[in-house]
Amino acid sequence: MDTTGTFWMPPANSTIASEVDALFYFILYASIIIFALVVGLSAYFAIKYKRRDGVEAINSKGLDHNVKLEIFWTVVPLILVMIVFVWGFQTYMKINVVPKDAYEIKVTGQKWFWSFDYPEGGNSVNEIVVPVNKPIKLLMDSKDVVHSFFVPEFRVKMDVLPNRYSITWFEATQVGEYNLFCTEFCGKGHSEMVGKVKVVSEEEFEKWSEDLAFSGEGMTLKDFGAKLYVSKACVTCHKIDGTNSTGPPWNNLFGKEEHLSDGTSVIVDENYIRESILNPMAKITAGYQAVMPTFQGILKDKQIDALIAYIKSLQEDKSLIQDESSQEDESLKNE
Amino acid sequence: MNKMPETHYLNATKGIKSWLTTVDHKRIGILYLFSIMFFFFIGGMFAILLRLELLTPSELYIDSDTYNQFFTLHGAIMIFLFIIPAIPAILGNFVLPIMIGAKDVAFPRLNLASWYIYMFGSMFAVFSLVSGGVDTGWTFYTPYSTTTSTSVISMTLGAFILGFSSIFTGLNFIVTVHKLRSPGMTWFKMPLFAWGMYATALIQVLATPILGITLLLLIIERTVGIGIFDPAMGGDPVLYQHFFWFYSHPAVYIMILPGMAIISELITAHSHKKIFGYTAIAYSSLGIAFASFIVWGHHMFTSGQSELAAMIFSFLTFFVAIPSGIKVFNWIATLYKGSIAWTTPMLYTLAFLFLFSIGGLTGIFLGALSVDIHLHDTYFIVAHFHYVMVGGTVIAFLGGLHHWWPKMWGRMYNETQAKIACGLIFVGFNMTFFTQFIMGAKGMPRRYHLYDDVYRPFHAFSTYGSWVMAIGFFLMAYYLFRSLYVGKPAGDNPWGALTHEWSITSPPPEHNFESIPITEHGPYDYDKVVAKSTFTEK
Amino acid sequence: MSQSHTNQPAFMQHHFSDAEQQRESAKLGMWLFLLTEILLFGGLFVFYAIYRAWHPEMFHNAHKVLDVTMGATNTIVLITSSITMALSIRSIQLNKIKQTIWFLVTTLLLAGTFMVIKYFEYEHKIHLGQLPGHYYTYTGVEGTNQHVFFSAYFLMTGLHGIHVFVGMCLIGWLIFKTKAGMFSSQYYTHIEMTGLYWHLVDLIWIFLFPLFYLIG
Repeated sequence: MDTTGTFWMPPANSTIASEVDALFYFILYASIIIFALVVGLSAYFAIKYKRRDGVEAINSKGLDHNVKLEIFWTVVPLILVMIVFVWGFQTYMKINVVPKDAYEIKVTGQKWFWSFDYPEGGNSVNEIVVPVNKPIKLLMDSKDVVHSFFVPEFRVKMDVLPNRYSITWFEATQVGEYNLFCTEFCGKGHSEMVGKVKVVSEEEFEKWSEDLAFSGEGMTLKDFGAKLYVSKACVTCHKIDGTNSTGPPWNNLFGKEEHLSDGTSVIVDENYIRESILNPMAKITAGYQAVMPTFQGILKDKQIDALIAYIKSLQEDKSLIQDESSQEDESLKNE
Repeated sequence: MNKMPETHYLNATKGIKSWLTTVDHKRIGILYLFSIMFFFFIGGMFAILLRLELLTPSELYIDSDTYNQFFTLHGAIMIFLFIIPAIPAILGNFVLPIMIGAKDVAFPRLNLASWYIYMFGSMFAVFSLVSGGVDTGWTFYTPYSTTTSTSVISMTLGAFILGFSSIFTGLNFIVTVHKLRSPGMTWFKMPLFAWGMYATALIQVLATPILGITLLLLIIERTVGIGIFDPAMGGDPVLYQHFFWFYSHPAVYIMILPGMAIISELITAHSHKKIFGYTAIAYSSLGIAFASFIVWGHHMFTSGQSELAAMIFSFLTFFVAIPSGIKVFNWIATLYKGSIAWTTPMLYTLAFLFLFSIGGLTGIFLGALSVDIHLHDTYFIVAHFHYVMVGGTVIAFLGGLHHWWPKMWGRMYNETQAKIACGLIFVGFNMTFFTQFIMGAKGMPRRYHLYDDVYRPFHAFSTYGSWVMAIGFFLMAYYLFRSLYVGKPAGDNPWGALTHEWSITSPPPEHNFESIPITEHGPYDYDKVVAKSTFTEK
Repeated sequence: MSQSHTNQPAFMQHHFSDAEQQRESAKLGMWLFLLTEILLFGGLFVFYAIYRAWHPEMFHNAHKVLDVTMGATNTIVLITSSITMALSIRSIQLNKIKQTIWFLVTTLLLAGTFMVIKYFEYEHKIHLGQLPGHYYTYTGVEGTNQHVFFSAYFLMTGLHGIHVFVGMCLIGWLIFKTKAGMFSSQYYTHIEMTGLYWHLVDLIWIFLFPLFYLIG
């Protein structure tokens, strides 16, 4: 199994990857031969026939065409490219035709994260976990602009469109963790719309599926929130060290008065945070673009509570977290 | 020692006004030269800034929004304001009428109007640059372009207006070639540069209106929401991609055909040998122009078009490869048994053969469906089109500029400095872009501000290369400007070439010819006619 | 150079060798320009074709709100104007300056009539909210994305209307210049070229009329 890749290509870790690579290298070697010929001959002629002083022109009668030669260099490349065409098309069909027994995962792209819905009902963000040696079908669509799903190690790429489903599939052949890139330009966070593909053994996958339903039992609400902050990709746009990113930083946010883009202002409290998660366009903080997607349907109530608890824990000035008791009530109510 | 002629087109009339109201094709070419090179400089500055930012995987000195605007402006300026107009508007305007023995283009006033339209359109582009930039990429893909808050409208409106400049130049050239060839200049006695310009003009006239209407629809979509491209209004973003590439693929040939046209001239003029396979080269230009209209779908292999469509577009794409290949083989055969002068234009020609071959051959990778799936939208594509556009078109343009520079100004540049600059650009270019093939194949996506650490050595090397290239360009700007004042007079025919423009003085007289010249020999009859070079290095 | 100038009529430009070459060039240039115009409209026709193929029912329902009588009248008006335009060229070929002016004026008036009728059509639709895109507020058409039909309608007839307006300006200029004695049977390139342009504008309408008013 290939784990390091070659000089040109990344490791070939899906069933079709080595087929793609074979064609890649066929074209590469053919190209090197043609290129060596082109450059070698021009360099050779340029040196051999360099103009010498006093020798103006060489009699070159009859050197302006040669039908046989011209037919030769038309037909040979034509045959070569036709081989490449047929070969490329054959593999392309394999990339496009999904095996019948494939395990289907729904992929949603939006600015700027990926979310994955599993047939068992679980959901994950920016991390897709799949079993090894099993064909995986991806049913994809976008909530906003065009994205594109690309895993170099699998040689798989497919655009993710806002108005229709697109489909692709792969079968990973090697356990490991791979980058998943968005390759269609989608705005500010385009280069951060990078997820992970985690290929695991069948047993591990089953265990992971069970974990997906995990709702923070045995963890404090705050710690669960901290976990979600990373796993649901809040971290992409909201920092916790005070730096401005796509969205406002979360530290010392709770209890603060935020100025909104419509000129009004609001105190950051539990309801404001909840609204901002579920209906982000309702109130936009001044100085930031209105780009946050809704997490309606992605986050459950319990998870929103956990995130609120986490944001509160990031407020250093504890006096701003007033009315401790009513807050407890609220989180109880939600449960 | 050569002498400058007493009167010529540069000093026939004087003052700024005489330049701004000129209908002389040569002066219009010079107006274009300065305005287009200005935008080349701006676009180049953006390139250097981008490469600098990409030196490190994390943010170096600009944030993602700024980065996105920089690559968009780099692309949009280089494509719409530099590379599409560059060769036809500068060299085509200056040389084409003289080459075919005409006193001017068919519609001189329309020609001047094209320049004003160009300037007018460029003002919109500049406006979007100063009013907050554009961040869509030069392709303006919907629905991103209909929803982003940056000044998309002024940039697309600019491109729309520039399109008309391009259409009018093309229209002018077609009529000029059809109607104004001098007596004796039959179609197949026409220099290949004229053939290339003619093929280019055909694409300009036939493809650009589609871009016009596409951008117009995009602008209206953004303002009124007509529901053609925006899915929120019932539109289809993939339809936009079809519309866009129906123009923009032929546009690729608007960029490269003139480059090929120049190489055909340079290779014979500097090897004093008849071109090999004249008819094949002429027809291959027309073949490319035709084929360019039926391959647009190969930009969309991963957009979810049907397998049948993908197959057809892939198949047709390989057919475009053939005429380009034929040209390259013909040029090499031309060198065989020639008398090859190692002049600066010849060095650019050899550099072109090297770089364009890489650009063309890597196109085969992208035409192959399965391989394209992997390489699409990675740095492999970025490297490929830079090899074709810069390694091909820009190198040919620079070769042509050095070839006709003595004709334009009557003076020679410093040959040693010119060769050093050519070498720097060649080396720097390969450093910058060859590394991008490797990281692209390894999966580095394009248009990424931040990137994975594994790609760091490639990005760093690429950035160093961009500096080498920049030094080459600055050196070139230096000696070219300097040559205007202290360059040695070049004489009428410094290269000993046979096309019409070398039979008149350098710089040419105001109306090119005293009387319309009769074409007596073919443009490349070096086996029959000997024209003495009026310039030697020593 | 100067010698050749003295022999030639005033309308000759210096870089042509004779009047025939100049006229032929202008003609070829004009045909190429008309080709680009067709391609420009071609993009919109493709837009129309695709959306009609996607929503045939909606297009059928929406076309009923258009006023066939007004459309048909406009078609007749425009065809008549094409005839008078052709007649004005015939007249100038025969060197009948006055007749030429009269035919041009008739053409201009017919074009104006077209625009007035178009104005009433637009006025009515704007009033009912049968507008493109976001501005669509009408509720009387069944189907989905009805605003697309009106987007296509306003875009295509609007762009056509702009062309009619440009044509009117050109014809007005011709009337002025013919009066000033610029044209004769020796030289009437501008009238001929405007005629070509006007026929194209007419032709495009002949496609627009059935596609919008008579489908179904």
